[in-house]
Amino acid sequence: MSAVDISTTSLREAVALETRPARPSAVATSFTFAWRALLKIKHVPEQLFDVLVSPVIFTLMFTYLFGGALAGSTNAYIQFLLPGILVQTIIIVTVYTGYTLNTDITKGVFDRFRSLPIWRPAPIVGALMGDTVRYTIASVMCIGLGLLIGFRPAGGALGVIAGVALLLVFAFALSWIFTILGLLLRTPNAVMGVSMMVLMPLTFASNIFVDPATMPSGLQAFVNINPVSHLVTAIRGLMGGTAGWGDIVTVLISAVIMTAVFAPITMYLYRNRH
Amino acid sequence: MNDAAGGSPPLAVEATGLVKHFTSGKKVTKAVDGVDLAIPTGSVFGLLGPNGAGKTTVVRMLATLLRPDDGTARVLGHDVAHDADAVRAAVGLTGQYASVDEDLTGTENLLMLARLYGFRGRAATQRVANLLEAFSLTDAGSRQVKTYSGGMRRRIDLAASLVLSPRVLFLDEPTTGLDPRSRNQVWDIVRVLVDDGATVLLTTQYLEEADQLADRIGVIDHGLLIAEGTSSELKRSVGAGAVDLRLADAAQRAEAVAVVRRVLGTEPTLPTDPYALSARVPDDGAHLVAQVLPALGEAGIAVPEFSLGQPSLDEVFLTLTGEPLPPDETSDGAAVEEEMSR
Repeated sequence: MSAVDISTTSLREAVALETRPARPSAVATSFTFAWRALLKIKHVPEQLFDVLVSPVIFTLMFTYLFGGALAGSTNAYIQFLLPGILVQTIIIVTVYTGYTLNTDITKGVFDRFRSLPIWRPAPIVGALMGDTVRYTIASVMCIGLGLLIGFRPAGGALGVIAGVALLLVFAFALSWIFTILGLLLRTPNAVMGVSMMVLMPLTFASNIFVDPATMPSGLQAFVNINPVSHLVTAIRGLMGGTAGWGDIVTVLISAVIMTAVFAPITMYLYRNRH
Repeated sequence: MNDAAGGSPPLAVEATGLVKHFTSGKKVTKAVDGVDLAIPTGSVFGLLGPNGAGKTTVVRMLATLLRPDDGTARVLGHDVAHDADAVRAAVGLTGQYASVDEDLTGTENLLMLARLYGFRGRAATQRVANLLEAFSLTDAGSRQVKTYSGGMRRRIDLAASLVLSPRVLFLDEPTTGLDPRSRNQVWDIVRVLVDDGATVLLTTQYLEEADQLADRIGVIDHGLLIAEGTSSELKRSVGAGAVDLRLADAAQRAEAVAVVRRVLGTEPTLPTDPYALSARVPDDGAHLVAQVLPALGEAGIAVPEFSLGQPSLDEVFLTLTGEPLPPDETSDGAAVEEEMSR
């Protein structure tokens, strides 16, 4: 007989649990959710496609298309462009945080998490920690390609690592905006669409691709207050060995502010979702 | 709440005046509009109602996923609004809104939950192995859940809600969309859990399911509990049932109709089968049923088949709400179920 029999005995045994474990800590639960995010990368490797491909396309395209015109030579331009492309790549990848969160909600996985007796922010914090792995992969990809085509950071390995670390901090803070969108909007695709509208001005109206000196004054004003510009300047400084504390501190402060503002909003929405 | 009448079992779930309204734009939907529940420990309560009646909203409020707009609810004595974590530690939840991650394997899903509940290392893997075995999923454990059949999927959902052996289990439409055999498996699982002392709140659109599993049934419609009682109480509330006759000679049907009308005092209905005839037994007319056959005999009408049926829960629903239940497959299911049973 092919029917699956549910054994009453083993079911009884499984239900009769003698000892209940102690409630796990906030850190342990967050790490469990981070582990889940990594498992998802393992099972759905396609989600790394964007992470791996977009930096390649952007770097090659901008370097060889505009490099000569903008900086005199592709080699000169890549020194300027690569930190910016790195920032743009990672910032675009942060959108997936909201997208995955929204997918979890629409699929009902999130309500299972919300019904558990755990530290409430753990599912989101864990997901953000898992995303950091994704950002790191994308960073390695981007910098590796840059080194291949002539990027020679004067700041050395340490400068590059410090730059990436600063970027990860910023990306973690920025992600809270997308968790809000993930909780507010109805479908994963809507999250994607709206997030891109947020990101376009943030990334293009910045100093990622060109020096803002030639821009109209209104735009320049925006570029100068855009935290992404400060991030790019700071990372250029770190990787180029000419780091100025001013921009680094500005980036860290803006990361703290973003987290302080958007994380509580996220948690409020998370608690009161229906 | 604890000053309930002495002798009655303590309540596992107690709700008073639960209200939840949803607003979208200017439109306010009264999803739940004042629901009271009192579910004794160790019993199965079936919340029966059509789609959109408010069943899921009630469950989500009891499971702390939704904050009630008004009213209070306690699960095992813990207030769902003020002591949510204690409620979460005590209940298991399965339903369309609380599911497992399809991208992960069955084992990974359970392992994640086991860790989130505080099992560590070996204890976690052991717990997962036990659950997989109990739900006949050991072989499927290493496969992604999205490859599972409907029945396996529901079993992993159930296993996921049993990681901590909750004393109270909320099952939100646990068998919707399942084939009859998988549905029977789910029913068997629920019976074992209840035997073991768990309290179950089950929502369903299927009358048969409520009939089969629930000690008490609440009928919910438009956010209101419109009736509550045991299955037989509900059936009785509609009337004493109906007599169904099959005549030897179709030509005698008109005559039989007259006799039955005279004896029972209700108007018989005529099914498409020209030999058949059925009539409702009036509310206080149970004693009249015995007179139907002799009266037909006197009139010279041969009746090879006679049966007395209790009203179905379908009729209960129709009587209570004035509208028929949405179509359900339970009648087909029952036939297949008999074939399947060993």
